Amino acid sequence: METRVNYKNELNLMATELRLGLPGSDDKPSIRNNKRNSPDISEDYSSSKSSSSITMPGDDDQDSPPPAKEQVVGWPPIRSYRRNCIQNTKKNKGEGTGMYVKVSMDGAPYLRKIDLRVYKSYPQLLKALETMFKLTIGEYSEREGYNGSDYAPTYEDKDGDWMLVGDVPWEMFVCCCKRLRIMKGSEARGIV
Amino acid sequence: MMNYFPDEVLEHVFDSIASHKDRNSVSLVCKSWYRIERYSRRRVFIGNCYSISPERLIARFPGLKSLTLKGKPHFADFNLVPYDWGGFVYPWIKALAESGIGLEELRLKRMVVSDESLELLSKSFANFKSLVLVSCEGFSADGLAAVAANCRFLRELDLQENEVDDHRGHWLSCFPESCTSLVSLNFACLKGEVNLGALERLVSRSPNLKSLRLNRLVPLDTLQKLLMRAPQLVDLGIGSYVHDPSSEASNKLKHAIQRCKSIVSLSGFLEVAPRCMSAIYPICGNLTTLNLSYAPGLHGNKLTKLIQHCRKLQRLWILDRIGDKGLGVVASTCKELQELRVFPSDPFGAGNDAVTEEGLVLVSAGCPKLNSLLYFCQQMTNAALITVARNCPNFIRFRLCILDPVKPDPVTNQPLDEGFGAIVQSCKRLKRLSLSGLLTDQVFLYIGMYAEQLEMLSIAFAADSDKGMLYVLNGCKKLRKLEIRDCPFGNSALLEDVGKYETMRSLWMSSCEVTLGGCKTVAEKMPSLNVEIINESDQTEFNLDEGQKVDKMYLYRTLVGHRKDAPESVWIL
Repeated sequence: METRVNYKNELNLMATELRLGLPGSDDKPSIRNNKRNSPDISEDYSSSKSSSSITMPGDDDQDSPPPAKEQVVGWPPIRSYRRNCIQNTKKNKGEGTGMYVKVSMDGAPYLRKIDLRVYKSYPQLLKALETMFKLTIGEYSEREGYNGSDYAPTYEDKDGDWMLVGDVPWEMFVCCCKRLRIMKGSEARGIV
Repeated sequence: MMNYFPDEVLEHVFDSIASHKDRNSVSLVCKSWYRIERYSRRRVFIGNCYSISPERLIARFPGLKSLTLKGKPHFADFNLVPYDWGGFVYPWIKALAESGIGLEELRLKRMVVSDESLELLSKSFANFKSLVLVSCEGFSADGLAAVAANCRFLRELDLQENEVDDHRGHWLSCFPESCTSLVSLNFACLKGEVNLGALERLVSRSPNLKSLRLNRLVPLDTLQKLLMRAPQLVDLGIGSYVHDPSSEASNKLKHAIQRCKSIVSLSGFLEVAPRCMSAIYPICGNLTTLNLSYAPGLHGNKLTKLIQHCRKLQRLWILDRIGDKGLGVVASTCKELQELRVFPSDPFGAGNDAVTEEGLVLVSAGCPKLNSLLYFCQQMTNAALITVARNCPNFIRFRLCILDPVKPDPVTNQPLDEGFGAIVQSCKRLKRLSLSGLLTDQVFLYIGMYAEQLEMLSIAFAADSDKGMLYVLNGCKKLRKLEIRDCPFGNSALLEDVGKYETMRSLWMSSCEVTLGGCKTVAEKMPSLNVEIINESDQTEFNLDEGQKVDKMYLYRTLVGHRKDAPESVWIL
């Protein structure tokens, strides 16, 4: 948790600073409204479904542009479904996290990079890899991995382990894949 | 004279009375009409699921075939209501199942629908035909699988803007080969893959299919195959629409689309490459409904060119990326337009793409039949609203949302009282109104004076004093739903006329000045109301002092007293 002392020393940085503190850890008053004073504190972060976050600097000063957008709970009034779609679209466009991972292939002179968020499923990803490296990977089966080919797509997960691509649900894979490696030959067969 | 007609004749007459309100009136005429009406009633609409119990519903309408239920208060859509507040459909389905009622249609809005309830539903009603879920939650693909597998005569499965937990696509494969009755299938809101082969086979064996809305993961080649198999479609929701216009796939798609001469409603484009839109042009001339509000990829010239082909449009849902200029194109093209909804594409962003009062004025000038509006904009002026009011006196729904909730008229720096005043004065048939921008008590004086048909009013960050609320409560005789947030309305307004609330469906007040004591008084005086206090902060901090301001209050009339399923954060007085 940040302490107040830091902010005193950092002139004006708070206006543009991205912080990870809990909503409400800021002591700023509510949104600009000459009628209402009580801040609309975020009850929502206790709600499992909520995706709205709250920071509440007052923006009475007209001289500088407002900081990274203040949000009032439930405003503007759009359905959470629509709100989530907007946030997902931003992620997909790379405005949010973006998901570029390195792809290496055994024997290739240099690595490539792909954006995992562009693909929605394993078949799409594998097709892209096949096109990129001009090879065939074959069909995935739970029992036998990728038979019918000398290549096996693998990835390094968050724990640092090398895993066979395809075992876990796609969404989970996208979240924990740090880099890809297309294994070849005897090593590939050995992984099964 | 009424006694000379046998019951069957009266029943036949009542059959032609469709509106719920009218049927309710009919039932009040006399005892025998009440009796005949209740036995012949097939469709019931319950706007608040806690206003009545399933047992009483079943007792009164044993012939019930179609039930519509709404659960959570409207502001739940905007995260203002705890997720466990209530609105569970399970008790309803259980009671209906045990009663032997031959339910055929269930339409739910803002309710919690568990997989268990969907499974029970699917197994309890042999003739079940239609399931419509809007803004619901609590179920997964497993529940859908049960419906697909067990409802042998299913005609309609319509999922609109639901948060579905699990996204395995197996549910679609659960429709048995014998299921050939589908008329409407909408799974646009699902995020997961479906079995594409199963989807193609399902569509192939559904000759009556009129409405099909796909999700984002249905690729283009599947879309083309589906359209070839279902050229009779009337309503189409496209999932992914990305192709190379010069490719063979694109040509095949064009051909498939052109065969669909009956499509009048188009939506989706959840993933879209704008340069491919020309393939759609051949069917645009027939469109009466177009929903592009989930297609942020469409904007600029490609968007306006598309709209220029849609001369028959009556309903348009769009993102604010269309801009004022784009709305000008709408105004000059869509002369039949009745409903316009402009949603924000970047609600928390810089607002470069947004629309202003100019776009609205253009549409009002070009589209005289406009009667329903939802408009998210950067700013609004009184002059614009006055012009709109003059151009379009037929508004039934007028919902304006200025993204900065207390913004005044940027030209005059005045509140928007006069503008909204002009709207309510001119639009004599106005039933629903949402306000925003800088507003004083004055606008409420106008509303109370002129909005005689108003049934639903939404207020946020407005007014100076209790007078505002009083004007509304005293003036709007037909008011049914009032929802207020962040206004300085306190106990004097709340307690002025507690009897009024019995004539309404519900009242919501959050971040206002009403206190626990005030709410308690309402509850004491009106046993026919449930007065709920929602308190999501740390329980131990909640002060039981009467003077404590209440964060969220939701009160509603009910025939069945306190509900038993409220969570800890909800206190029923």
